[in-house]
Amino acid sequence: MTTLEVEIWRGAEEGRYETYEVPSQPSQTVLDLVTYVQRKLDPSLAYRFACRVGVCGSCAMTVNGTPRWTCRTHVQKVATQGRVRIAPLRNLTVVKDLATDMAPFFDKVQEARGRFIPSDAAAKSVAEVPPEEPKRKEADAGIECIGCGVCHAACDVVRWLPEYLGPAALNRAWTLVNDARDGDRIGHLRAIAEDAGCHACHAHQSCAEHCPVGINPTRSISGLKRLVLMAAIRGRL
Amino acid sequence: MKRPELWLYVAQRGSALVLAPLVLLHLGVILYAVAGGLSAAEILGRTRTSWIWPATYGLFVVAAAIHAAIGLRVVLREWTSWRDSSLDIATVGFGLTLLLLGFRAVQAIA
Repeated sequence: MTTLEVEIWRGAEEGRYETYEVPSQPSQTVLDLVTYVQRKLDPSLAYRFACRVGVCGSCAMTVNGTPRWTCRTHVQKVATQGRVRIAPLRNLTVVKDLATDMAPFFDKVQEARGRFIPSDAAAKSVAEVPPEEPKRKEADAGIECIGCGVCHAACDVVRWLPEYLGPAALNRAWTLVNDARDGDRIGHLRAIAEDAGCHACHAHQSCAEHCPVGINPTRSISGLKRLVLMAAIRGRL
Repeated sequence: MKRPELWLYVAQRGSALVLAPLVLLHLGVILYAVAGGLSAAEILGRTRTSWIWPATYGLFVVAAAIHAAIGLRVVLREWTSWRDSSLDIATVGFGLTLLLLGFRAVQAIA
């Protein structure tokens, strides 16, 4: 049986890579490698996962230098000469080994007022939002975010400017300002027009490049920049 | 001012809008002058006949000073730990220096 050489980050912010020999299997995922190491070789290895089918967004890690959802990443696709290097996500504090503290990532969604604010009309009756409506299409394009943090880890602006809201939080805000049922459009725009808001984005598009579910947060952020600019010029912010 | 970063963004993108056609015009002028083999005296002879040349290059200088100063501030904020108000003062100083040097050049062709 052939084996893979798997290097895994051990420690917290300070640490080192440790190498494990893992048997190679057909259709093996990167999460399978980590699970094998934890179950068979070293039970002290810390990592995070839940659904294993690309829905929950828990298992994102850095694989050979690239942020990825490990449950849907085949080893065959990423291994170079039988070697895989697995590290925790960038731009987040490491708790232990492959587990990062995701609290700052989710806090930014709240800072960006990334929560639905029901309008009076929506509370009284079921809103009709036709699928072909342009705003509905914009919201649909960004709504499937699984909150995995891959875009946050891929973003250089998050690294350079830690207070920046980041692509996931801003993408969430974009889905809300395009939601006909939401009752506080200006409130959402005010939140993301703050100093570390949407205007800090340089449109490098790393978020779009790495998003595992194919969302383009850069596009959402560009839309927010336009809306904020118009609102600011009209004195509505 | 509320939300200074938003307004700096507006100023930088606005100045870029002004700069883009002026850079193309400037390149065109360079190609014309070089291809035609114009001497410095001949170039000055042309620019001094109309207020349009100093006005155009004056606008270029203003847009470049705004654009470069804001851009430099963004780069320094992101790539270094320099974040306090001394950075704002330094980059305003940089913009004013560009303005001064630029207007000296504009004065020379006017």
